[in-house]
Amino acid sequence: MTRYLLRRLLVAVPTLLLITTLGFALLHAAPGGPFDADKRMLPAIQQAIEARYHLHEPLWRQYLRYLGQLAHGDLGPSFQYRGTSVNQIIAQGLPVDAAVGLSALALALLAGGGIGVTAALREGGAWDHAAMALAAVGISVPLFVLAPLLVLIFAVTLHWLPAGDWVAGSPSHLLLPALALALPYAGYIARLMRGSTLEVLNSPFIRTAQAKGLPSHHILWHHALRPALTPLVSYLGPAFAGVLTGSIVVESIFGLPGIGRFFITAALNRDYTLVMGITVLYGTLIILCNLLADLCYAWIDPRVRLA
Amino acid sequence: MSSQVLARLRAQRLTRIAAAVLAAIVLASLLVPWLSPYDSYTPDFALLSHPPMLAGAHVLGTDPLGRDLLVRVMWGCRISLAIGVVATLMSVLIGVSWGAIAGYAGGTTDQLMMRVVDVLYSVPFVPFVIVLTVLFGRGLWLIFLAIGAVSWLDIARIVRGQTLSLKQREFIEAARIAGVHGIGMIRRHIVPNLLGIVAVYATLTIPAVILFEALLSFLGMGVQSPMASLGSLVADGASDMQSHPHLLIVPAAFLTAIIYAFNYLGDGLRKALDPRGQP
Repeated sequence: MTRYLLRRLLVAVPTLLLITTLGFALLHAAPGGPFDADKRMLPAIQQAIEARYHLHEPLWRQYLRYLGQLAHGDLGPSFQYRGTSVNQIIAQGLPVDAAVGLSALALALLAGGGIGVTAALREGGAWDHAAMALAAVGISVPLFVLAPLLVLIFAVTLHWLPAGDWVAGSPSHLLLPALALALPYAGYIARLMRGSTLEVLNSPFIRTAQAKGLPSHHILWHHALRPALTPLVSYLGPAFAGVLTGSIVVESIFGLPGIGRFFITAALNRDYTLVMGITVLYGTLIILCNLLADLCYAWIDPRVRLA
Repeated sequence: MSSQVLARLRAQRLTRIAAAVLAAIVLASLLVPWLSPYDSYTPDFALLSHPPMLAGAHVLGTDPLGRDLLVRVMWGCRISLAIGVVATLMSVLIGVSWGAIAGYAGGTTDQLMMRVVDVLYSVPFVPFVIVLTVLFGRGLWLIFLAIGAVSWLDIARIVRGQTLSLKQREFIEAARIAGVHGIGMIRRHIVPNLLGIVAVYATLTIPAVILFEALLSFLGMGVQSPMASLGSLVADGASDMQSHPHLLIVPAAFLTAIIYAFNYLGDGLRKALDPRGQP
């Protein structure tokens, strides 16, 4: 177990290095620099600024300097927000992303899982058909169509919830963004859970349990659910990555002060360090979540050996 | 594809409906210059953001510049579908070659090639594509390239798995004894036997690609005005939804219908190819 963890964390190093190198190469290969837009700047001042951020150095030195900083957990100063470090920006934005993303994931798991299992229990019935049609809508309607529609219905027409804005710790401001972010994944999870539950319910060990005369709720909770959860767990990794990047859209629609919104303005303004910092952060989170999903998988299904 | 598969495909009502809807949208988007008296560029300042009027000249109304919304949406469908198909073809090409070579070669080559796929899985691609489109201009070709380069990973994994099991079959052994090796074997015996599953995943990749392009357009980084994709039309509509909801609802409905139809078609294809079931 410890060896497995160590090996996985070691594999993460070249992955992160690749992400960093790819990002660095892309940003510096593109025409234009971060301070080109300020036309009124005197050449001397521009040179001073570029020297301040080490932009006058040869590329390989900038690259090595960046890697060195990264190894110390320092993401460097932001070009766009002068006097602020990328670490500070991320520290400010991450709680918002975490709140929205985690509640969206929880919503998707609970709603999708519940709908999927109940649909499987009534296979072929009216609820099954309705639930699967609903799930297909969740999967097919894109996030950025869903979000404005939800705002139109719940905020503009019904006035139940605020249309946007962000108040830390206020659940009513959290609900609409989390719901919009959760629905596509809820739909996919519902379909996944329905399929796996059906497969498990048709397997011989469930028939044995039924033959022993166990009550059906006992069979569901104590026998069927655990094996039925395995495909869901392996979907957790991709779902997490999707929620993470989906938050970029949700944040710009609802005007949330999270990292995703910073990312777009940073890319538009050639804020190299901020773009790099956020990309590296996303990469790290995706790697960690994939690892977590694999650990969960081994815990749910002990036949999977962590080797 | 055998006639048996086609017969099973035809037996599914939902798949038939999905195919009919898709065929109708594709035909209409191709024939729109001849079907409608309006083009998608000329503004009509007498009719700005007019709501749909079923009896009038503009069946689904006009946009804020007085252009016929139905014609705009049809051109949007054309662009979105083109991006979906071309980018999917690219990802199929890369994914099938990568997966088949890795699976057939086996050993260290396989390990190395699949490790590359694993590493790429951890790359946060949406940010990368955003950076790409921001930095290198916003041409259609870059979007094709970026999305195609991103979406081949799943196909590569599936193709590799299938190749591994194909490799054990007798006819491959027979071909090897007959003197077929390397690329020739992959091209003539492995890949033709993968086409079924590749068709399924290609059908499911097209809507994913269309959604991804729509997302880019929504963020203002995809297709640029006056050209429009379904995504950019939805984005324009969303900014105007309180005063003129039809500007959001019409393109959103077409986008959703296309995605829905492709998903059902892919599911139907999967069921027809593997009738034993799988959700």
